[in-house]
Order: sequence, then C-alpha cells, then structure tokens
Amino acid sequence: MPKLEKGILLGFYFVQFLTGLSDASALFLVACGLSLIFGVLRIVNLAHGSFYMVGAYLAYYLIANFPQGAFFFWAGILLAALTVGTIGIVIETLLLRRLYYAPELFILFATFGIVLIFQDLSRWFFGAEDILGQQAPGLAGSIDIMGVLLPQYDVVLIVIAPLILVGLWFFLYRTRWGILVRAATEDREMSDALGVNQSRLFTGVFFLGSCLAGLGGAIQLPKGGANLLMDLNIIAAAFVVVVVGGMGSIPGAYLAAVIIGELSAFGVLIFPQSTLVLMFLLMAVVLVMRPHGLLGNAEPEVQGAAKMSTATLKPASKKLKLLGLALLILLFMMPVFVGSFGLVLMTEIALFALASMSLYFIMGPGGMVSFGHAAFFGGGAYAAALTVHYMQTPMELAILLAPLLVGLVALIIGWFCVRLSGVYLAMLTLACAQICWSIVFQWGKFTGGDDGILGIWPSAWASDKTVFYYLTLILCIGGIMALRHFIFAPFGYTLRACRDSSLRVDSIGINRHRHQWFAFTLAGTFAGFAGGIYVFSKGNVFPDVMAIPRSFDFLFMILLGGIETLFGPIAGSAAFTWLHDQIARIDYWQLILGCIFILLVIAFPDGIAGSIHTRLGRYFED
Amino acid sequence: MEHNIQDIILNVESLNTYYGKAQILFDLALHVYCGEVVVLLGRNGAGKTTVLKSIMGMISSKSGRVFFKGKSIDKLPPYKCCALGLGYVPQDRRIFKGLTVLENLEVGRQPPSEGYGEWTPARLLELFPNLAERRNHLAGMLSGGEQQMLTIARTLMGNPELIILDEPTEGLAPVIVNHLLTTIQRLKSEGISILMAEQNLNFARSISDRACIVYQGQIRYQSPIAELSQAAYEKYCAL
Ligand SMILES: Nc1ncnc2c1ncn2[C@@H]1O[C@H](COP(=O)(O)OP(=O)(O)OP(=O)(O)O)[C@@H](O)[C@H]1O
Ligand SMILES: [Mg+2]
Repeated sequence: MPKLEKGILLGFYFVQFLTGLSDASALFLVACGLSLIFGVLRIVNLAHGSFYMVGAYLAYYLIANFPQGAFFFWAGILLAALTVGTIGIVIETLLLRRLYYAPELFILFATFGIVLIFQDLSRWFFGAEDILGQQAPGLAGSIDIMGVLLPQYDVVLIVIAPLILVGLWFFLYRTRWGILVRAATEDREMSDALGVNQSRLFTGVFFLGSCLAGLGGAIQLPKGGANLLMDLNIIAAAFVVVVVGGMGSIPGAYLAAVIIGELSAFGVLIFPQSTLVLMFLLMAVVLVMRPHGLLGNAEPEVQGAAKMSTATLKPASKKLKLLGLALLILLFMMPVFVGSFGLVLMTEIALFALASMSLYFIMGPGGMVSFGHAAFFGGGAYAAALTVHYMQTPMELAILLAPLLVGLVALIIGWFCVRLSGVYLAMLTLACAQICWSIVFQWGKFTGGDDGILGIWPSAWASDKTVFYYLTLILCIGGIMALRHFIFAPFGYTLRACRDSSLRVDSIGINRHRHQWFAFTLAGTFAGFAGGIYVFSKGNVFPDVMAIPRSFDFLFMILLGGIETLFGPIAGSAAFTWLHDQIARIDYWQLILGCIFILLVIAFPDGIAGSIHTRLGRYFED
Repeated sequence: MEHNIQDIILNVESLNTYYGKAQILFDLALHVYCGEVVVLLGRNGAGKTTVLKSIMGMISSKSGRVFFKGKSIDKLPPYKCCALGLGYVPQDRRIFKGLTVLENLEVGRQPPSEGYGEWTPARLLELFPNLAERRNHLAGMLSGGEQQMLTIARTLMGNPELIILDEPTEGLAPVIVNHLLTTIQRLKSEGISILMAEQNLNFARSISDRACIVYQGQIRYQSPIAELSQAAYEKYCAL
C-alpha cells in the first residue's frame, strides 16, 4: 500500500469499512428472505439466488425502458422486486404446494430444477453478456470522506439494509400477519387448528421472501450489474450468512452479512485472492464456537434431509449376484458391440457411477446429504491436470495422486460438515463447494481460470479408446466394490447406527463425528479418484466440473436410480449420462433438464432401481 | 336431560382412521348435543386423541362422516373447521413459546376480519387472572398450569360453539385442576358444548353429562355420567 498521510489513511480505512457495509446489503436481503421462507415453509429454496438474478435483470430492463429520472429509476427497482415476488407466488402455488408432504430432499431438488430453468430463461431473455447497471439519477457522484471518495450510491445501500431490518422487525412483532408468521414458524399444525389458513400464509411468506431477493438483486444493479453467475454465487454466500448468523434469525443474518462484507472489504487489502478463504475461515470459527450460528437457536428442529433414507441395505441375494455377474460380462464385451463414440460414453458412465456411488455412500448409509460433491470430483480432475501440467507427472502417478490430494481437501471440509446435520450440512457443503469452484475460477494464473487446462492425455499404452475403457472399467468396479465393502463392514453398520439414532450411539461411547468424518473423507477420496481418471478421458478440464450444477447431477443420478438400493446410483448414472447425451446438443438443454428434475420429483419419487425393486424384487430373493 | 335429534351439534358416523397401515379407529360413532359436556374415557393408547384429531381434520380419516351443526366437515382442513365454530385444545398444550401471552391470544382470534367476537383478550384475562399479570411475558416462561390456561384462552378467542379438550388436567396440580373445573363450568353455563378426553375420573364426574368409553378404537360403552357402571369402567379403563 502506498505511504499515505495519517488522516488520509484513517479516511481510507473508514471508506473501506463503509464499502463493506454497502456490500452487505444485497446479501442481507437475500439471506433474510431465505430464512423467512425456511422458517415457515421448511423449504430451503435454492431458487432464491435465481430470484436475485432475475431481480437484477428485470430492474435493468425496466429502467432502460422507462423515462429518465430518479422517480422512474426507483419505480423500476420496486417494480422489479414486486415482479419477482409475483413469480414467487406462481412457483409456490403451482409447484411447491404439491410437494409440502414430500421428503425435504425432493423439494430441494425441485427448487434446483427451477434454478436450471431460470438460468436458461435468463440467457434466452437477457442474453449471455454481462450487463453494466444504470447509475441512480442524482447519485452518480462520490462524497469526500477525510480526503477519500465514496460513491454516493454506496450510502444508499448502507441505509437500505437497516431500514429493511427495522421494517421486518416491525412486520414480525407489530402486525397480525407477523404474529401469524412467527406462530407458524413454531408450530404449523397448531396454528392451522386455531383457524389460520396455512396455504395463504405460505404464499404470503413466499411472496415476501421472493420480493426481498428480487429487491436485493435490483438495488445492487448500479454497483454490480447483472450476469448469469449471480444466482449460484449469491445463494452460496447466503448459505454462509445463514450458517454463520443462525438459521431463522433475521438480526443474525444482518450481523453475518456485515461481517462477511467487511471481511471481503478488508481482506482484499491484505491478500487479494484471500476473500473466499477468509469466508471459509469465518465459517470455521463460528461453527466451532457456536454450532448454531451467532444468533441462532440452540437446537434447530429440522433435520429432514438426513432422514431421506432409512432403508436397511442387504447384501445382494445369490440370484442378484448372478445377474450382476452377467452385467459385468456384458460390460467387458461392450467394445465388440459399440463404436468408439459409444465407448467414450460408457467410460463416462463408469466414472460417474463411481462418483455417484461415493456420494451415495455418505448420503444413504451416512445420512449426510452433500450438495457439493462435484468439488471432490472436479477437484480430482484438477489435481491430476495440475500435476501433469506443472510437473509432467505420468498418467499412472497422477491418477494415484489425485485421490490423495482430494482426500486431504475432503478431510478439511468434512471436519466442519460433520458438525452439522440435515439441511444445514447440505447448505454448508454447497457453500464449501462454491468456494472451491470460485478459487479455481478466479485463480486464472494457476488453474487457467475459465479457459481450463488442455492437453491432458493418457499414457501411450492407454491412449486407445478400448484400452482406456477397460482401464476405467476395472478401476471403477474396484472403487465401487471397495465402497460396497465399507458399507457391509462393521464400519458401515456403525455409520448407519450414527444416522438412525445418534443419541444411543453417543451413549455407548462411539465417536459419531469421527465415523462420519472418516466416511466423508472416504467419499471425497473416491470421488477424486473418479475425477482423476475423468480428466484423462476428456483430455482437458474446465471449472464446470466442480460447479454446483455438477453436484446436482450426481444427486440426480442417485435420485433417478433410486435411493433405497445399492444398484441405484449405477443405474442412475447410466440413465443420466444417456439422457444428458441426448439433450446436451439442444440449445437451452438446462431448461429441459430442469423440467425433468421437477417432473421426476413429482411423478417418480422411487427412481428407476427403486421402482424395479418394488415391482420385481421378490423374484430375486433367495 | 331430554334431547331432540335436531339438537345434535356434533355427529360422528363410522369413522375409520389409520396411521400409515395401522388402523386406529374402527367404525367409531359419537354425538354431542348442544350445550352438553361429553367425556371420552379410555386407557392410554385407546385412541381418544385420534378421535379428536380426526374430528378436527388434523388427521384425515379413511372413511366416515362428521357433521357439525348439520354441515359435513369430514373433508375440511382444520382452519375451516375452526371458522365454523369448532375449537381445539391439544393434549400437549402447544402454546407458541416464542410469542407473548397476548400474541398467543391474537393467533387464536376468529373471525380475523371482523374485530373481536364475544371473547376478547380483556374478558379472557379477567377469566384467567394469572395470565393477566403476565400478558406481555413470553409464553415459554409460563408455568405448566398457566400454559394450560393460555391454551384454553387461545382457543376461546375463536368464539367456538363446541370445544374439543384433550386431557386438560394432565400433569396439573390439584389446585389448578379445581380452577380448571370452575372455568369449564363457566364455559358450559355460557352454552358452549364440550367434547373432552380425560383420564381423571373424579374430574370427569364433576363436570360432564355423559361418558363414552373408547376401547381399541371403538366406543364400547356410553351412559349418563351419573349412571356410569363401575364394571364397564374397570373392564375398559383400568390398567
Ligand atoms: N403419529 C402416530 N403414528 C403412529 N401411531 C400412532 C401415532 N399417534 C398415535 N399412534 C397410536 O395410535 C393409538 C392411539 O393413540 P392416541 O394418541 O389416540 O391414544 P390416546 O387414547 O389419546 O392415549 P393417551 O391417553 O396416552 O393420550 C396408539 O396405539 C398409538 O400408539
Ligand atoms: Mg391422547
């Protein structure tokens, strides 16, 4: 930093502080909307980031098409927020209402379908280019604070958040509606029995929460503009805010948003690339000191996502094993039947099967739903690519190193994650994965950023597609069998005991966290293993492999295959990869995929293997 | 007391209710006359709570009809039953702990659009003086007895014509039980009908007009409370 006079230096820090406060505003609006909706509807709305993005785009277009002037600028912002709120109403009444009695994970999945749909709709309506927001009329200048300039609009942002905070407090504590919202947050059924129409309340709260997200997107427009990455970036940040501030606490959300805003404002000064790492450290400290967040309640009741699977897994019967053997033989004979294009697809299926199996390992028997598993898969791909790129390691070594390096990352991330459970754990994994993605995406000098790393090819002996297919097949089957072994070993039974009755497990002296931590690390390692091979099958790697949508692909494979059987993830990977291959050439395929997500959740909750199992399972018993 | 058929305020016909695959209620039938206090007796797990929740629409029953004031309510969600004049006081009280006493009353206010009905917070606080002192306290801070008063007061805010009370004396000290007795007598004298599940036989005797014994999901015995047969009681209710 250049040497400055003392007065100016003080001013500089003060302005930096104010910048942090203004950055916190939009984040706070999104996070408190998320909290409100979660409190009453018990839904973690992943589409909340999309609402934020749509708010920004809408505000841009409204303002651009309105006459000039301050009145129309603010009218545009308000109208954008209200429009987003209305979109929220439509989604709540048409889709979410059908799902209130479905398992929580399914609802999350539906909301992720909405994320995908909004991605493509936004691209379609608003284009893929980043948009620079309009300046607020009369607020385009700067003010001088002790010799340092602060944009006038930042002052507006700084004021808006506390105003909304006070407004929400007034709403919740001084109006009948607010009282009903708080009552429903505590006990929905009872408030229903006292004559409160829950559907109407849900719709109202969803409207309010969506409006807040839209408003957040709209007010940050002059500062941050609008782009297609906003949705997942903000949702990850909002999850961090919720975890740090405490679920359901609106003052907590404000406090956490301010802390994070300040952390990035000052972090940039010390070490420009460090802001994301700082966010991670903050989360770490808070989780250790106060597992339920700074202002959260001691015992959050919702652990729904963890309860998604309680099926007792049984080792396959003899008949099923024979069937599996037949399938294996078929797989080994594949090169005879399919061309090289088909083999590439089969290779991909095998790798995804291993990756989704590793996710299934912590999700099913482990009871820990991760929304960030792609961080490990993609992490493996990057670990292998980077060692090849910088150290010219041969393929064989890179494939071995990748899982080890990723295992280390999983060890660190897992340490935090196993401290939480259910939805909170899922949110934390998503936030961690988004941070990993951001590091890869932003650290262009080392990772190639958006341009990825190219030219990562297998060793000469394995460069033939058929040979590589066999190599992949053997490694993946080995990995899957290893995971299966862990599931049916005593370790697997202990893990399921931890999932099903944590109290009893604690009381007989089993260290629950340590078991879950180990499982998490193991799952990460195997995902990294798959990722390490994957990069050689493709020859290149881009940040997409560890982005959130990829994490949801893995979850989708498991849901598609069915969560109650071990074969589910494998069937799901095959079905998904095939499906993806079919639609990926269509423009706006994410839109289609999103619709499929939603349809599957509504119509087909058992998944493929699950449905086959319930219909035909009895023929395969011993 | 002689009753006419048209005086029936609540009529339940052949109710079958399940939890998952387990059937809990078997063709259960039951009725309450206007202004009558009916008590459901029965062992733990006999299905008393299930009957009350099924009437209120909190559990959807597989088959059966429920008429309230002549209207069929068996397909209605709880909040609509409430709007028609049914009040529900749950077994485990379920007050909103994070809300103040007055806010708890506000949640129960019905009809929400037309201001107060007969029961106002002022009247209720007069009926329950303990609550008056603590009107601005968080309900979670109240004692068990006070919470029981609050949950009744909260339901009264909806101006119900029939109150469903699920084991109101459970876990209360004798003094509080006496207070509850006078309260319920007062409600009865105001013409409110009451359907109550209760295990405290003395309490039931001193307040109700008629007893129905629930046993294995059916009403096995009923009679005016004064004629309640000791044999039947011991057969179906003794542990
Ligand atoms: N949510 C539930 N899921 C499954 N079974 C239930 C559920 N609630 C109650 N049961 C069962 O239904 C039966 C009737 O229960 P219910 O609560 O109606 O009894 P009760 O007469 O109110 O008992 P108590 O005097 O203990 O309150 C019991 O056998 C109970 O185990
Ligand atoms: Mg009961």
